[in-house]
Amino acid sequence: MVAVFSICIYFYPNISFSQDAPENENNEQHQNAGHEDTGDFDVAGTILDHIRDHHSWHLWGHTSIPLPVIIKTDKGFEAFSSSKLSDEHHQPVIYNGNYPYKLVEGKIKIMNTDGSVDKEASAKVFDLSITKNVVSMFISVFVLIIIFLGVAKAYTKRGVTSAPSGFQSFIEPVIIFIRDEVGKPYLGHHAPKYMPYLLTIFFFIWINNLLGLVPIFPGGANLSGNIAFTFTLALFTFVIVNVSGKKGYWKHIFWMPGLPVGMKIFLMPIELLGVFIKPISLTIRLFANITAGHILVLSLVSLIFIFKAVAASAMAVPFTVFISVIELLVGFIQAFIFAMLSALYIGMAIEEHHEEDLII
Amino acid sequence: MVVGSVAAIGAGLAAIGAGIGIGQIGKGAVEGIARQPEAANEIRTNMIVAAALVEAVSLFAVVVALLGNG
Amino acid sequence: MLLEINPLVLPDPGLMIWSALAFLILLFVLGKFGWKPIMKAIHEREQGINDSLATAEKVRAEMAQLKSDNEILLAQAREERAQILKEAKDIKDKMINDAKEQAKDAATKIMADTQLAIENQKMAAIVDLKNQVGNMIIEVSEKVLRRELANKTQQESYIKQLTDEIKLN
Repeated sequence: MVAVFSICIYFYPNISFSQDAPENENNEQHQNAGHEDTGDFDVAGTILDHIRDHHSWHLWGHTSIPLPVIIKTDKGFEAFSSSKLSDEHHQPVIYNGNYPYKLVEGKIKIMNTDGSVDKEASAKVFDLSITKNVVSMFISVFVLIIIFLGVAKAYTKRGVTSAPSGFQSFIEPVIIFIRDEVGKPYLGHHAPKYMPYLLTIFFFIWINNLLGLVPIFPGGANLSGNIAFTFTLALFTFVIVNVSGKKGYWKHIFWMPGLPVGMKIFLMPIELLGVFIKPISLTIRLFANITAGHILVLSLVSLIFIFKAVAASAMAVPFTVFISVIELLVGFIQAFIFAMLSALYIGMAIEEHHEEDLII
Repeated sequence: MVVGSVAAIGAGLAAIGAGIGIGQIGKGAVEGIARQPEAANEIRTNMIVAAALVEAVSLFAVVVALLGNG
Repeated sequence: MLLEINPLVLPDPGLMIWSALAFLILLFVLGKFGWKPIMKAIHEREQGINDSLATAEKVRAEMAQLKSDNEILLAQAREERAQILKEAKDIKDKMINDAKEQAKDAATKIMADTQLAIENQKMAAIVDLKNQVGNMIIEVSEKVLRRELANKTQQESYIKQLTDEIKLN
């Protein structure tokens, strides 16, 4: 519910923002340069800027970590620091590599000599940069590897007969929860084969949800609220589902048993569509929930600037804390639901006689 | 501006749908817990999961609205 | 208006590639060095706990079995004891009865013998008495016959006297 409202809050200003791109760009530049007090505060622009991916990691004030930019154009790969794309006031500037590059709305574009975006050439730019989200993702990968190799070591070193201790005793119930609530009910005796995937995807999403809620350096990137990330994870589930799909799975898609021929032909495209809708629903569910959470928190903080009064923080801050706590819960639930639905889809695919329920 | 308003109304309608859905889930869960207090934990877990699923459906609507009004 | 997609819902291919890479690394590393030992350890621990529980249950069942065996043995012993006691009692009763019978028989026999002896004695005494009475009668008759000759009255008184004399006892 909160998430839906948050998007509603965000939605209306966003539209006006999107309608008038140049003005927005101006506003954004103002904010980037720390000039919020000069004009009307653009809530939608700020929020969108925060939930978007960046080529540098803004820490505080005028300090940010430049990140490497890797782009591929028709002239081959090219790598340079993102600090070259902005001046000391954080204004985008043109960097002359193989082409003249400039950041427009956070995307690297090729500029014409007259200062306008060369759309045709920009479309060919393939951006492989280590962006804020990529860095955040590798931090999370690193953290997960440290945690789980430590836990695994604790098991092998201390033996299985001793009671778990420290971080091990925190992780073990979660693993058992995933195994008993996700693996076993949907996959049955196939569960052990898919458990590594389910556990990895659960913890990967969970830690990124949590890191996204941390407002300062190691966190703050809206990775699990980025559709590219969720889409990639859903794609893995999609591949696993369709690779491990048994005969019964394909038969139910293309030639539904126990129905008249006309109905079978009618159902075929619907079922086929369902195959693709499942990963898309996974993608959008995670993306929308986490993005909505970020938007909501940012909107509440923005209230202070909208009212231009410190007193507004008396209301905004407790609400922000409240929503952040709810987002902690949502972060866990969405990770759990992603793993659960993945297990459900895999279970439906590997089952020989499966029931027909399409959960989107 | 007008387009934005229509989209906002669409998002609001999606929120109504989710509200009704989550209300139903909450009602069912509370009734279930009242009838069987010993199953409260299990019911609560399922309630949260179902609520998250319903909420996601309304978020789909919002995202679809976003798609059309980029 | 052409359908223009909001950049928010447009997957960025660069990030997708990095995500896939990161996820595959994570899946590989954790799958090989993390989940395998962890799942194995958890499984083993559960197995261990289950085994312990099963063993405890088995031991308990054995104990119960042992206890019931003991009880059966005890019951058997009790029954045997009762049997033995009963037998002993029977034997005792039988012996007493036999003795009683024997004693009774002996007593009867003694009584019969005694009666026979008494009878014999009595008969002997009667015979003796009869003989004596006969003798007496003969004597008296002799005396009477001797006296008869002298006096009639005297004779009669004498007879009377004699008769008194032979009053038995």
